[in-house]
Amino acid sequence: MGKLKIDNQEVEVAEGTSILDAARSVQIEIPTLCKHPDVDPSAGCGMCIVRVNGRIMRSCCTPVAEGMEVITTDAELFEVRRMVLKLILSNHPNSCLSCARSGHCELQDMANVFNITDAPLPNLTKRTPIDDSTKAIVLDSSKCILCGRCVEVCQNKQNIWALSYLNRGLATRITPANGINLEDSPCIKCGQCSAHCPTGAIVEYDDTGRVWEMLRDPEIYTIVQIAPAVRVAIGEEFGFKFGANLTGKTYAALRRMGFDKVFDTNFGADLTIIEEATEFVRRFTQEPESLPMFTSCCPAWVDMLEKFNSDMIPHFSTCKSPQAMVGALAKTYFAEKNGIDPKKIRVVSVMPCTAKKWEIVRSKDMSSSGYQDIDVSITTREFAKMIKQAGIDFCNIAEEAADNPLGEYSGAGTIFGATGGVMIAALRTAYYYITGQELAQPNFTDIEGLEGIKETTVTINGKDIRIAVAHGVGNVEIILDRIRQAKANGEELPYHFVEVMACRGGCVAGGGQPRVIGAPFAKPYGITDEIRQKRANGLFEEDLNAKNRFSHHNESIKTLYKDFIGQAGGEKAHHLLHTHYTPRDMYKSK
Amino acid sequence: MTDTSVAAQVAAKWRKKRGSLIMALHELQDIKGYVPWDDAMEMAKDMNIPLARIYEVLTFYNFFKLEAPGKAVISVCTGTACYLKGNDKTLEEFKKQLGINEGESTPDKMFHLQCVRCVGCCGLAPVCVVNGKTYGRVTTGDVSNIIAEWRKKFEEEDKE
Repeated sequence: MGKLKIDNQEVEVAEGTSILDAARSVQIEIPTLCKHPDVDPSAGCGMCIVRVNGRIMRSCCTPVAEGMEVITTDAELFEVRRMVLKLILSNHPNSCLSCARSGHCELQDMANVFNITDAPLPNLTKRTPIDDSTKAIVLDSSKCILCGRCVEVCQNKQNIWALSYLNRGLATRITPANGINLEDSPCIKCGQCSAHCPTGAIVEYDDTGRVWEMLRDPEIYTIVQIAPAVRVAIGEEFGFKFGANLTGKTYAALRRMGFDKVFDTNFGADLTIIEEATEFVRRFTQEPESLPMFTSCCPAWVDMLEKFNSDMIPHFSTCKSPQAMVGALAKTYFAEKNGIDPKKIRVVSVMPCTAKKWEIVRSKDMSSSGYQDIDVSITTREFAKMIKQAGIDFCNIAEEAADNPLGEYSGAGTIFGATGGVMIAALRTAYYYITGQELAQPNFTDIEGLEGIKETTVTINGKDIRIAVAHGVGNVEIILDRIRQAKANGEELPYHFVEVMACRGGCVAGGGQPRVIGAPFAKPYGITDEIRQKRANGLFEEDLNAKNRFSHHNESIKTLYKDFIGQAGGEKAHHLLHTHYTPRDMYKSK
Repeated sequence: MTDTSVAAQVAAKWRKKRGSLIMALHELQDIKGYVPWDDAMEMAKDMNIPLARIYEVLTFYNFFKLEAPGKAVISVCTGTACYLKGNDKTLEEFKKQLGINEGESTPDKMFHLQCVRCVGCCGLAPVCVVNGKTYGRVTTGDVSNIIAEWRKKFEEEDKE
């Protein structure tokens, strides 16, 4: 512990704590544009300067010391910070009015706070080509302030190494290796760069225009589905508390926007569990050599598997993601049942995710209905914008229910949106399939929460099933190495069943989730562990209070199998609900 | 695909030594004259270093070339003596006549223009060096002659 004085307040914090964090512990907010709670300090922006025993230093990378006296603001510090901001702004386009990040931008907010209204410096911004090659994430490096958060997240947290620094000094830019396009790089479209970017330099690819076009076309039958994690984050855009579960309002808003049918991806999640649990039981009882089995709901993880870990393809669940399953059924099962020509149906998905935009076109399996199963995927952020464009009073709109037959869901379906959730849901159903009995205790608190790798063992019929859950794809490498090592040494496998989600915290903290400025945090950070936990709680609470907490008791799903699919894991299921994987190069060759 | 066996050999030599990426890239460029994309890819694979990190290094240091340089490498000395004696004007003249900036090569890959800091014969300032041949007391009027001399040389080589 170290004792120091910050602005004449006695503060006691653990040794090694930065001055910035020590100040936050006593409600003093030192401005910064580069330090984010998820990443190590880069000392990049220069805004967080403080006076330490008289000397000006950067508080993000200066650890506290016994007896230190820190002043966080005085006339000189204020003026230096203003000058730093002016210098940053002199190299930043003046295009707030037409920027996707406007209103939610840390730089814009900082410029307002510091009252940068007088005598700006000459603007030297160089326009660089905008990289929208992935059609999922858009990188505009002219709006980049080189804080380094995205590079740190992409390289050291996600271990993908798509983004890097190019050149040096004034010519420095954030790009993939040698300035190639993201589409040709190892980028998995997880969007964690955009979740951490303080400005509009990295945003989602905007598809709202295409959705409006479909909604306004009288010839088109429009169907929408919302992902589990959307319902606990959309409220942030409208002043609700973090983690507020607003499923009913979301359905109502979608109907007002003009969608003909409002379905829920949670139905797809329950369906995924039926197929995945069936697949796991088959592998566990008949094909032990194909274990461990990895979950496959996360498109960024699928992308990473095909590009980085193709040796693991035999271990990958062949189940499509819930989004893809609902898309396939909307244009087959639903269309048949209601006598609608699937050619006229357009399916839109609202996702917390930027990689879902890629998933809908990732292979020909994504057109299993004979048409592209999902036509457009938009993020929670785009959805919020559309609600506002439609003039819907989201705060006061009355709750509504989802439509049948792809709307019903169990508590197991809704927790898909948080790390651990897919595994918990699968275990509930796998247990039932093997033993014919319900789990007496359907909670698995060992694999909830934000620990990077979580493990547990579940005993079913006297057999131990070893489970691992990883989130933040940088963590998956450790699990893969353990498996590879055990295989190479002919040892018993460390795990039977592994869940992976690319984003830390799972989909609730996906790359397409809101990045709002507001209470209860003094400053916007896009995403923090506190927000992750609150959103996850919103889902787990819904599960706890759900009438049905088991995917295999979803009545609509029973009907679906009886009337249409037949056998779980059967031929029709394989055609519509399963997919294939192909090894791909990390870099597209030149 | 180009032949990346040189990169494989260089990587094999350096891979066990921590922090040796720059040395390995130096050696590769010494042999190949520049660092081609495919060689950088090979190096990334063999040394187990992400390609993005390799290009962070390659684009940070001015020394590394990412494109094949022209056959005649024109080094204009901008060390103190040469600079004061007017080599900045020589450099401008080369840029004008070749239509390229420093660090670039002509589209026909005949000339590459670069600046160097002192070649160790300040008595001859201002100095230019082309493929090891030194030109002393260079004036802007000499520029076209130097270019013509090397162009002629390459054309004759091609005929043979």
